[in-house]
Amino acid sequence: MAADRYQPHDFYQIDELLTDEQKLVRDSAREWLKKEVSPIIEDYYERAEFPKQIVPGLASIGAFGPYIPEEYGGAGLDQITYGLLMQELERVDSGVRSTASVQSSLVMYPIFKFGSEEQKQKYLPKLASGEMIGCFGLTEPDHGSNPGGMVTNFVDKGDHYLLNGAKMWISNSPFADIAVVWAKDETGRIHGLVVERGMDGFTTPEIHGKWSLRASATGELVFDNVKVPKENLLPGKSGLGAPLACLDSARYGIAWGAIGAALDCYDAAVRYSKERMQFDKPIGSFQLIQKKLAEMLTEITKAQVLTWRLGVLRNEGRATTAQISLAKRNNVDMALSIAREARQIHGGMGITNEYPIMRHMMNLESVITYEGTHDIHLLILGHHITELQAFK
Amino acid sequence: MKYLVCISKVPDTTTKITFSDNDTKFNESGVQFIVNPYDEWYALVRALELKEKFGGSVTIINVGGADCDPILRKALAIGADDAVRINTNDSDAYNVANQISNFAKENAFDVILTGKETINYNGAQVGGMIAAILDYPYVSQASKLEMEGNTATIDRDIQGGTEVISVDAPFVLSAAKGLAEQRIPNMRGIMAARTKPLKVVEPIDSENLTSVISYSLPAEKGQVKLIDPENTDELVNLLHNEAKVI
Ligand SMILES: Cc1cc2nc3c(=O)[nH]c(=O)nc-3n(C[C@H](O)[C@H](O)[C@H](O)COP(=O)(O)OP(=O)(O)OC[C@H]3O[C@@H](n4cnc5c(N)ncnc54)[C@H](O)[C@@H]3O)c2cc1C
Repeated sequence: MAADRYQPHDFYQIDELLTDEQKLVRDSAREWLKKEVSPIIEDYYERAEFPKQIVPGLASIGAFGPYIPEEYGGAGLDQITYGLLMQELERVDSGVRSTASVQSSLVMYPIFKFGSEEQKQKYLPKLASGEMIGCFGLTEPDHGSNPGGMVTNFVDKGDHYLLNGAKMWISNSPFADIAVVWAKDETGRIHGLVVERGMDGFTTPEIHGKWSLRASATGELVFDNVKVPKENLLPGKSGLGAPLACLDSARYGIAWGAIGAALDCYDAAVRYSKERMQFDKPIGSFQLIQKKLAEMLTEITKAQVLTWRLGVLRNEGRATTAQISLAKRNNVDMALSIAREARQIHGGMGITNEYPIMRHMMNLESVITYEGTHDIHLLILGHHITELQAFK
Repeated sequence: MKYLVCISKVPDTTTKITFSDNDTKFNESGVQFIVNPYDEWYALVRALELKEKFGGSVTIINVGGADCDPILRKALAIGADDAVRINTNDSDAYNVANQISNFAKENAFDVILTGKETINYNGAQVGGMIAAILDYPYVSQASKLEMEGNTATIDRDIQGGTEVISVDAPFVLSAAKGLAEQRIPNMRGIMAARTKPLKVVEPIDSENLTSVISYSLPAEKGQVKLIDPENTDELVNLLHNEAKVI
């Protein structure tokens, strides 16, 4: 990829709504990412490999559980700062953002919210520092949009639980040290269990052949009579609501992240429009190109305002699942449309790895599917509007 | 050693420059500000490196209004121990130097560092003036600084070569590229900066020796004309008759 020439775009001066510290965290993350990740990301994407060497750096910019209190190794920051970090990460690559989202919202968050004091002490500081990487096992081969139908289960064997089943499409699984796994007990109630790498009968085969999120490792979690110590069960909450609360947190971060990907595509398109000459003029002087750019900026600006407001609600503990669904769905779709338009503006160059656009576009195909598909979020909103559920 | 690093606020390098008040003021509306890179990347970081190696303290100082606090917080997040802001406007180099010198005199610093210039006004005056006011030696445009006890060895890049200078503390130095490598603040640094002292000091009476009459932008860049490499006559003709440079 050519040098990272990204410049942020803030048409409605949303920066004025941010604190100095929020901006400092964001700008420092941006500088670090430009220096350490932008130059290598295309290569790792092509090799379909997660650049593990960036983990300590990701921890140092606060990408792992920034809103976890300081006593557990976090930074004790607010939800908007978390969102801004996700935005900067996804500006560079959705796969890198996914690794941080999973670690923060799907591993640290459930341990912090539903874990025992011992579990928090044992895992959170190491997850915050990147010494440990975690993954989150909810989806199964036959249960994606319908996680409540899961078949992974555990049986109480007196001094331990015996876990059986399999999870599919699990980000970070191939190299994760721990997995937060959702499984049913003998009564069919869903609980979270922390499964550690090295436990007998626990394997994490990698899924190959992805055309999307190639710089993020995805795999399975296979449990063949795994003995899980009883103290590894998350005691604070059970039922499908527990993993869904984690998804609220992750989806909220994705709503911010998608703006990052959109901004990167828009930024590249603006620059290219001014530099690329056709018919003796920069292509940016043609109305059709200007229409594309104007629409991109409009959609990005709407998403920025929407998501900032969602951040305020989340800081106040008032953001609802349906509000988060609206933002996740809107922003990811917006980013994907912008990636497609930006690619057109780049003509043939747009399909090459000289520009980040095609990579963003392919990445966003995962982002629009995971954490609730584009259509499932409609059903969540539809349920909110009509109070009638249309899932089954 | 007690290091004092002068920090100033400058517009981000991608800022579109416009003026207000009859072309006498830089229009700050919508502008993003950063720490002057020569202050941040080189002067501050080298002071921190020396402190980390030999001990001591790094104080940062700025002459400016409350709008400068974010850049001071950033410098604290990078690692400075404490910050001082002298609460007055910074439009005149002598006034700035006078304010800083007064604070430096009262607090006895061994090494005072500035950037070689700010990237907005490029005045390159404050360091030299501080040295003059305090009657300290001044070494400008330093690209390397080593300390041994009280004695500093300093490289200066000069036309076509390097000058190596020895000077005893206290002295004033202006930092050029090469003195250190940029440090990006990390989360721990940002958290630590929350509780580091940022002291606001009222200015002493001091006059402005200069005032700005007007600013103007450079002429817009013209269109590029491409000339066939074979056609040197055309090139000479254009350079002579149109550009009037030969
Ligand atoms: C790269 C990647 C990483 C992932 N990481 C993780 C992870 O870390 N942890 C984890 O647990 N999961 C993860 N997932 C899984 C992801 O959450 C699921 O893929 C997603 O929930 C969709 O499930 P599915 O793929 O089984 O699709 P399905 O549920 O089979 O859906 C197929 C299609 O049917 C539609 N559909 C389904 N039900 C309905 C309905 N009731 N009404 C209308 N339409 C419907 C869907 O919208 C979709 O278009 C990841 C997925 C990917 C691709």
